[in-house]
Amino acid sequence: MLDNIKEFASEFFVTGDPLIYGADVSIVLATLGIVFVLTYFKKWGWLWRDWLTTVDHKKIGIMYILAAIVMLFRGGVDAVMMRTQLAFPDLNFLEADHYNQIFTTHGVVMIFFMAMPLMFGLFNIVVPLQIGARDVAFPFLNSLSFWLFFAGAMLFNLSFVIGGSPDAGWLAYPPLSGSQFNPGVGQNFYIWGIQISGIGSLASGINFLVTILKMRAPGMTMMKMPMFTWSVFAASTTIIFAFPILTITLLLLFMDRFFGAHFFTLDGGGNPMMYINLIWMWGHPEVYIVVLPAFGVFSETVATFARKRLFGYASMVFAMVIISIISFFTWAHHFFTMGSGANVNAFFAVTTMIIAIPTGVKIFNWLFTMYKGRITFPTPMMWTIAFIPAFVVGGMTGVMLSVAPADFQFHNSYFLIAHFHQVLIGGVVFGYFAGLYYWWPKMFGFKLNEYLGKWAFWLWNIGFYVCFMPQYLVGLDGMTRRISVFSDPDWQGLNVTSTIGAYIMGLAFLFQVAQIGYSIFRHEKDTTGDIWDARTLEFSIPSPAPEYNFAVIPQVHSRDEWWEEKERRARGEKPWQQGKIEPIHMPKNSAIGPIMGGFWFLAGFGLVFHWLWLAIPGLLGVFVCMFARSFSAHKAEYYIPVEEIERTEAKLRGGAV
Amino acid sequence: MAQSPAHGSDHHDHHAAGHHDPQDLKLLGFWIFLVTDVIMFSTLFATFIVLRGGTDGGPTGAELLEINGIIISTFLLLTSSFTSGVAVLAMHQHKIKQMIIWLVITGLLGAGFLYLEIHEFLHLIGEGATLQTSAFWSSFFVLVGTHGVHVTVGLFWMISIIIQIVRRGLTDDTKGKVTVFSLYWHFLDAVWIFLLSIVYLMEVM
Repeated sequence: MLDNIKEFASEFFVTGDPLIYGADVSIVLATLGIVFVLTYFKKWGWLWRDWLTTVDHKKIGIMYILAAIVMLFRGGVDAVMMRTQLAFPDLNFLEADHYNQIFTTHGVVMIFFMAMPLMFGLFNIVVPLQIGARDVAFPFLNSLSFWLFFAGAMLFNLSFVIGGSPDAGWLAYPPLSGSQFNPGVGQNFYIWGIQISGIGSLASGINFLVTILKMRAPGMTMMKMPMFTWSVFAASTTIIFAFPILTITLLLLFMDRFFGAHFFTLDGGGNPMMYINLIWMWGHPEVYIVVLPAFGVFSETVATFARKRLFGYASMVFAMVIISIISFFTWAHHFFTMGSGANVNAFFAVTTMIIAIPTGVKIFNWLFTMYKGRITFPTPMMWTIAFIPAFVVGGMTGVMLSVAPADFQFHNSYFLIAHFHQVLIGGVVFGYFAGLYYWWPKMFGFKLNEYLGKWAFWLWNIGFYVCFMPQYLVGLDGMTRRISVFSDPDWQGLNVTSTIGAYIMGLAFLFQVAQIGYSIFRHEKDTTGDIWDARTLEFSIPSPAPEYNFAVIPQVHSRDEWWEEKERRARGEKPWQQGKIEPIHMPKNSAIGPIMGGFWFLAGFGLVFHWLWLAIPGLLGVFVCMFARSFSAHKAEYYIPVEEIERTEAKLRGGAV
Repeated sequence: MAQSPAHGSDHHDHHAAGHHDPQDLKLLGFWIFLVTDVIMFSTLFATFIVLRGGTDGGPTGAELLEINGIIISTFLLLTSSFTSGVAVLAMHQHKIKQMIIWLVITGLLGAGFLYLEIHEFLHLIGEGATLQTSAFWSSFFVLVGTHGVHVTVGLFWMISIIIQIVRRGLTDDTKGKVTVFSLYWHFLDAVWIFLLSIVYLMEVM
């Protein structure tokens, strides 16, 4: 009996690596710590009622962002470990197969569990406030999306202590990811972690598209929408067309691995290249999905801190829509070397070059917005300005990669690694940081410490260039990606430099954590709700916003409605006609979101280990939750009475409107 | 009261209170969901078309697929689409009993379709064509099976809607559910037409 348990445990838990034992201990300690603190301060009820079951878009947004920051830490630790190995390959800090796992999880965590939730966090916090709405179109679905993301993320992260991590790269190309060459459970974690959270992303895409189409304040036509909302519109549309492809691709890979089907196998008539086409039909739009909202953030911050209207509004909208359409026609540039012939490669090379044009238009628009503006430089603006050179260089190397014949040389080299990190960090991460700093006061009612923020900013930027510029050179010199050792001594110096840059970025992240920690205790309060003297509707209400957002829904006349309103008031005109306060209709909290997320987690875990006794009840639980919701949804609403709204408003605005 | 001329006053008052018609939102949301479902099926169709030659020396579709049973299935599903439409008409005339009867008929036709599909799958497996046989049969079973799973989910969904209508009567909420369900059912019908032509007819003819 004991031997059986021992044998099971040695297969079930990942054993043998001191790094992983260290991780085991820290996970157990952290969990015990959280349980202890919650129990000691009697916070379980508060956690459940106010946060876990909430359907309030602002709280869901905050939960997304918290999870994303934790995942940024995890993905960052992966990165630092890889760089440590590459600086001193002879020390064998990571064994080769451990290295394979780390580069796989680094990519997956950063895209699916860091960039996506940070993006959805910003969507949630900003979009309803920016368009003058009380919530998203489907608040319960929104909660469900979060819990699907969370279940998927937990499932995936569990893999490194239980069962073993996936190790076939962040897009899991078959046949390497098929059961023939990868019989362990790692790739199953990959499939179900991403599948479950991907369904959540798809639901969020639908939710935000309907919200933007149907719930704008009266008078806000599509061409009067703030630019961030436009970027969410473009990203959500792209999600709706791209994510179903991912769902099916992962389903087919699962069929191959679980049932022995022959979609992507080498035998039985299967075709691995089919997978690579399908995954990039989703994968290429995906990078635009994450970068478009960053463009939206920059459009907001640049106008606010240059004290000018955004230059070229219509061309910005047009550029974004064009980008999201063309993003579906460039996928094959990820594998020019597949051998699909000159004509196919030429088509995809040209579409890839074309997509640089609308992006260039946007860069010029931001520059012209700053031109002759009265620019101030708080942290959100600093990230905006740092983005421009980073993204221009990253974009130019992207155009170099798009030249199909040259790509045969660049393909899978460190030149490519440097390119996509430059656009993903310089574009997406810088953009989301700018957004976090910009809307932080709106979320929590206080500003983050600028002094520590500037330290973090400079360390991030210096570390970024020190890390990735050498990678272009070592890539041109022939170093390929996904190797844990190399023999060419010429590469040593550049790799050590790159590693130093990675450590500087790690230090920068610690500065940001310190910044958040310090600012919680000592901060400048946002008393007006408009701490940046900004232009759009979210800054017309108190910070943090009351649960119903707007006591009275505003009437919109122009693009920068709040800015115009402030101008009107400065001219001595009457403030916004304040309509009568009426009772506000609100959705009730729901426990079904977290419970259904839990069932998905169980189902996923069962399918990972081929435990049908767990997977089937898990899936049944999912269906029971769906029916429970269908039967109870019509009762899940209530009204906030007028007196309560008046009391809240008086308290938040200090009596004045 | 200043308001943009684009909005009728009714609409504006309704909108200004910040309350949106939930059925209106759900209907649009469901249309967008159907778009995502179209993409899913398109991906499966593309996979089927790419892999249709991959029989690996095993049985081909032309050898094993039988068109007669499929014609009956098609007839059942198309009729059920029609009866679900009749149910929606009855709903608009507030004839609750008629509506439920038509929904039940829709469900029975759907169940008949599923029975034939399972029968066909078992027959194919008996002939030695399984998910593991070759890429062709993998993509056949997953494509046709995904449609079948959709029909199954639709049946359970319809039962839950009927129970809710019996309990709560026809409200805006339950009416919205019937409308959305019938959209879904018509959609499955449309997908089946593509399945019939691309999988069965092109394979056998």
